[in-house]
Amino acid sequence: MLKENQIKIGDTYSEVLVQDLKRTQIVQYAGASGDYNPLHTDEVFTKEIAGYPSVFAHGMLTMGMTGRMVTNYVGDGTLTKYSVRFTSQVWPGDTLEGKTTVRDIREEKGVKLVDIDLVTTNQDGVAVITGSATAKIAS
Amino acid sequence: MAIDKFLIEASHIMMFARSVGDDNPVYYDEGYKSVSGCEGIIAPPTFAQSSAQFDPNYFLRPKIGGEGWFGSGKEATGAKPAKSEKGSVSGGGAAAGLHAEQHFEYHLPLKAGDILSATTKPGNTWEKESKRAGKLKFSESVTEYRNQNGDLVITATGVGVQTERPVDS
Repeated sequence: MLKENQIKIGDTYSEVLVQDLKRTQIVQYAGASGDYNPLHTDEVFTKEIAGYPSVFAHGMLTMGMTGRMVTNYVGDGTLTKYSVRFTSQVWPGDTLEGKTTVRDIREEKGVKLVDIDLVTTNQDGVAVITGSATAKIAS
Repeated sequence: MAIDKFLIEASHIMMFARSVGDDNPVYYDEGYKSVSGCEGIIAPPTFAQSSAQFDPNYFLRPKIGGEGWFGSGKEATGAKPAKSEKGSVSGGGAAAGLHAEQHFEYHLPLKAGDILSATTKPGNTWEKESKRAGKLKFSESVTEYRNQNGDLVITATGVGVQTERPVDS
């Protein structure tokens, strides 16, 4: 858990979320999450029927990997909100980096909170998700 | 969608955490005490998404025997896309449904051993034109997850989008 006196508005934290994303990791996520949409695991279907150049990652896989960075920063079990918008697809071979920025430090109903903005970008600098999160902090 | 029983199980949490590349012991070691004071195995922030495993009619899981599944076998596709309960067509060609937004609100910690139930209600719908994929039809769904005591644990709001054609990348 973050402490109020350890952070200030504008602080950033970043992590490489994945390097050279493997199709097998996408399969792992399909199996764990239960989302077996062939767009993520079935190259034949995705190219020939859906019209995409290859399978691509579940948005929720990217949100999950970004969530790892968020909890590494704010601590386990401290999140009160976590929101993202999926802005671009993530493909096998992508390398993703997540970054958070402290937007606000505040108190709500006696609970101290930090609001962070977050963005995950690929190797070309394109944002694949943008979002925000709120976590409890210690005083 | 309604899920009667979403069992929060340690092995499922471990597999889910692995799949998102998270080796934090708080997701597999019941004896681990994290610096923020969590004890026992907790679920990662996006774990509620795996409640699909406990939805008996989830349309993105092949039926046993594979009948009606729209992915490839001998042919690139052997079937028409399955209809979801909401009546929207997902997967299957250019009208594929994609995930546009996801929001979670956490009301209580989610731990191995909990038993959740979930109910989903439709939210707003709206349309937008886009250069990359033609006309976009957005629809929102709000899922409330409650634990064995009836307490609200997580509120999850998903926004799906049906595109007119595949998204240009």
